[in-house]
Amino acid sequence: MQWEIVVGLEVHAQLSTRSKIFSGASTAFGLAPNAEACAVDLALPGVLPVLNRGAVEGAIKLGLAVGAKINSPSIFARKNYFYPDLPKGYQISQYELPVVEGGNVKIKVGEIEKTIRLVRAHLEEDAGKSLHEDFHGMTGIDLNRAGTPLLEIVSEPDMRSSAEAVVYAKTLHTLVRWIGICDGNMQEGSFRCDANVSVRPKGSDKLGTRCEIKNLNSFRFLEKAIDYEARRQIELIKDGGIIQQQTRLYDPEKDETRAMRSKEDAQDYRYFPDPDLLPLEIPQSWVEEVRGGLPELPQQMRTRLERDYGLSPYDAAAMTVDREIAEYFNAVAGKLPAEAKLCANWIMGEISSYLNNEGRWFDDCPLLPGQLARLLTRIRDGTISGKIAKEVFRQMWVKVSAAGEKALSWKSGDRPFDENLVDQIIDSQGLKQISDSGELEKLVGEVIAANGKSVEEFRAGKEKAFNSLVGQVMKAAKGKADPAQVNMILKKKLADGSVIQE
Amino acid sequence: MLNSSLKQLSALLAAKKISSTELTGEFLRRSRALNPDYNAFISINEEASLAQAGAADRIIASGCAQPLTGIPVAQKDIFCTRGWRTTCGSRMLSNFISPYDANVVERFNAAGAVNIGKTNMDEFAMGSSNETSFYGPVKNPWDVTAVPGGSSGGSACAVAARMTPAATGTDTGGSIRQPAALCGISGMKPTYGLVSRYGMVAFASSLDQAGPMAKSAEDLALMLNVMAKFDARDSTSLEREPEDYTRDLDKPLEGLCIGLPKEYFVSEISEDVARAVEAAIAEYRKLGAKTVEVSLPNTKLSVPVYYVLAPAEASSNLSRFDGVRYGYRAPQYDGLADMYRKSRAQGFGAEVKRRILIGTYVLSHGYYDAYYLQAQKLRRLIAQDFAEVFTHCDVIMGPTSPTVAFDLGEKSSDPVQMYLSDAYTIAVNLAGLPGMSIPVGFGNKNRPVGLHIVGNYFTEAQMLNVAHQYQLATGWHLQIPVNRKSQTGLEPKNAERF
Repeated sequence: MQWEIVVGLEVHAQLSTRSKIFSGASTAFGLAPNAEACAVDLALPGVLPVLNRGAVEGAIKLGLAVGAKINSPSIFARKNYFYPDLPKGYQISQYELPVVEGGNVKIKVGEIEKTIRLVRAHLEEDAGKSLHEDFHGMTGIDLNRAGTPLLEIVSEPDMRSSAEAVVYAKTLHTLVRWIGICDGNMQEGSFRCDANVSVRPKGSDKLGTRCEIKNLNSFRFLEKAIDYEARRQIELIKDGGIIQQQTRLYDPEKDETRAMRSKEDAQDYRYFPDPDLLPLEIPQSWVEEVRGGLPELPQQMRTRLERDYGLSPYDAAAMTVDREIAEYFNAVAGKLPAEAKLCANWIMGEISSYLNNEGRWFDDCPLLPGQLARLLTRIRDGTISGKIAKEVFRQMWVKVSAAGEKALSWKSGDRPFDENLVDQIIDSQGLKQISDSGELEKLVGEVIAANGKSVEEFRAGKEKAFNSLVGQVMKAAKGKADPAQVNMILKKKLADGSVIQE
Repeated sequence: MLNSSLKQLSALLAAKKISSTELTGEFLRRSRALNPDYNAFISINEEASLAQAGAADRIIASGCAQPLTGIPVAQKDIFCTRGWRTTCGSRMLSNFISPYDANVVERFNAAGAVNIGKTNMDEFAMGSSNETSFYGPVKNPWDVTAVPGGSSGGSACAVAARMTPAATGTDTGGSIRQPAALCGISGMKPTYGLVSRYGMVAFASSLDQAGPMAKSAEDLALMLNVMAKFDARDSTSLEREPEDYTRDLDKPLEGLCIGLPKEYFVSEISEDVARAVEAAIAEYRKLGAKTVEVSLPNTKLSVPVYYVLAPAEASSNLSRFDGVRYGYRAPQYDGLADMYRKSRAQGFGAEVKRRILIGTYVLSHGYYDAYYLQAQKLRRLIAQDFAEVFTHCDVIMGPTSPTVAFDLGEKSSDPVQMYLSDAYTIAVNLAGLPGMSIPVGFGNKNRPVGLHIVGNYFTEAQMLNVAHQYQLATGWHLQIPVNRKSQTGLEPKNAERF
């Protein structure tokens, strides 16, 4: 029998607000345990929650980006359960009437486009952490993370493979960073997934019993956990077993999922509207204001790049892989619209590799988009060759980087050098391409004269010999000659059979 | 001095007839002397109180005194008070020293008032007799065999026995008004949202409201001026322009329309209470008010609705008392679940456990719609009854409690009888309206009777005017219970009888 895997994801995206969702404490990562837990986070007697406007705005942004409905009013509810790192004994979440309802995300798996529908996205607070290792026979509680704002984005069970689930998660990962609501840092847990997995005979339209795999914090684990879980369920059914609805954990070391708790011990969370928080009214004017501030979304931008710049789908996808690269590309290509493909090549090539070497990314690119645009212009107008351009690029990078902290991001206002730096480097080191055809012809003549053997070989039909002659000319020109021009002159002279000696 | 109003005390302080240190010292001595009889205070801290009094004296000397500067005010032990033990009447918080001040405490501190002690209360404000306190019951100063009412019984007793000029209370279903009535003092529960709940240990968040308790309406007005202010830390705090609640005190009552709900004057009310309340209403007619019979048909649903909603919220609000971060933890346990079980079993008293169980039940899967949602719907109907009456009445009057103070132990084994004694006050919390109680005489066994005054939203100034005019014409609020056991030297030789 053929089996079909059915996957739905719940993604927890930590919203990049400076303070927590219901208190004024900081959300910075990595401080000493409990250093960032204020009275509200500690759930001292008498404290009360106050909703962070920035968190709501993050939810509205996502809702608009996925074409969902923004509910007003929306209701905060208490999810009641006891756990040591849940200080109030309840989590403030949303149950009925989440901020965001519906919407969808378009994904592309290979060449196939697919639409994943969303059920909802709701706001909630994160819990703290229980530290079991550091204390012998005891558990430590760190409440720094308690109250960190989360947006839980719940999809319909619309995915049919681990590959689709990974593409969906990556698409969402790009989107939340793109619209600036989440830093997407998976190691720090800013973006994590729960996967609901079930299997059914292919062709069946009835959903199988699902198991939920909790807390997958890498795309690789997501893929492997789904694959393992689907195999496990299929084997179990084949052996005549029945799938129990369970919550499971993925163990990356053993590459398997293990049961955490079954439906029978599922808790009754006794959800009810939190009387400390009034129903959240989101006026349409606020929604429109947020809509006005949203950037062009990845999907829209890809379409535009293909249409207006003639970029290939591959290049367009590369230039929209994240917001940082897209912003940089937009800035460069905006200055050089006719050479968008060249811009994309340089961004994927030189800049990416320099940034990678330094462990940075495009927001921290020291080169101004104008500097790159000027450099590419100098290639196109024949002032320098592509090879020399790489040298100019290197020098420019070193020089700008040496200017210190303020040069570290192209976005910072106070810039030590402008785009004229390109021409200064070319001029001061005489890197300008030899464009005077007389001078080139003289060089070509000298090379032909000095390489009689190669000339003979060429005339005998050896194409390789021609390339060697071009190389010799380029060498003599110290790389400053335009190879195309050299080719032309060399061909002409060899065809003439004449060697002009001066 | 024991009967001096806050205004008179303020004048004495301003005229340097007495210093705050002396005034505070006098009340502290009286509290120390009487507390063994009444058990009104859970914590008295002379050092802290006198330090505040000293600071107040310096403010007075500098000429920057506000109306309450230097005046002792007792705080119900439900308000977190920095450096003070804040127990909420529970073993669960018997070791809890608050690291922060509740908004109400902050407001009184900023006004220069002196915290003279933390008053006893029903555990987590759950009770109508003060018998559920882990720290023992408070006694009614008019008769130590009677309850003082609850949950703010310690505050009511302390004011009635003149252990403090004024005190704070909180009212979830009548917890300011009922003990005020049973102890013969004045107390007000303001409109929900007028006073910030920040730092007030939560019982039922959608019903809890802090308010003043004092000898007279005029004193309540001065206290409310301090307490009522928007606070961004409480999302249910109302953003309004500050008011002067004393502004209308002297207005005549000519033309005032008093609604008398027919449901309030039926069988449940005892004869002695009815008599005193009717005499008070007659007095109002003399003062120029007219009375009309009105109906609050859904009021009879208040008690069942309240005992679904309040425990539901409480069951969740009290989850934080888990023995993990602060408060009581069982000395011996075996693992996490056992630690929770034992800490909560030992830390909470019977009434609190009963309400947590009720609340957990009504919120459970399969019961939520039938209980919680249904109760929310009825809550709206109860509020609509009042809205209808306030289209043609200024205030509603009736008895605060159907009987005078009952005997200690009389109802403590019968929770339903206990719950029913709050029937008149509970509807006001469910509607979020302001309500107050003022003393209007004595009933059986010479125990005090309270008149319940309910106003429309934000009409506190008018309600205080209505109460003040009555107190100008009568003297019930100036009665002081005689303490036969304590020889404090401060006891008036012949307690003035009206």
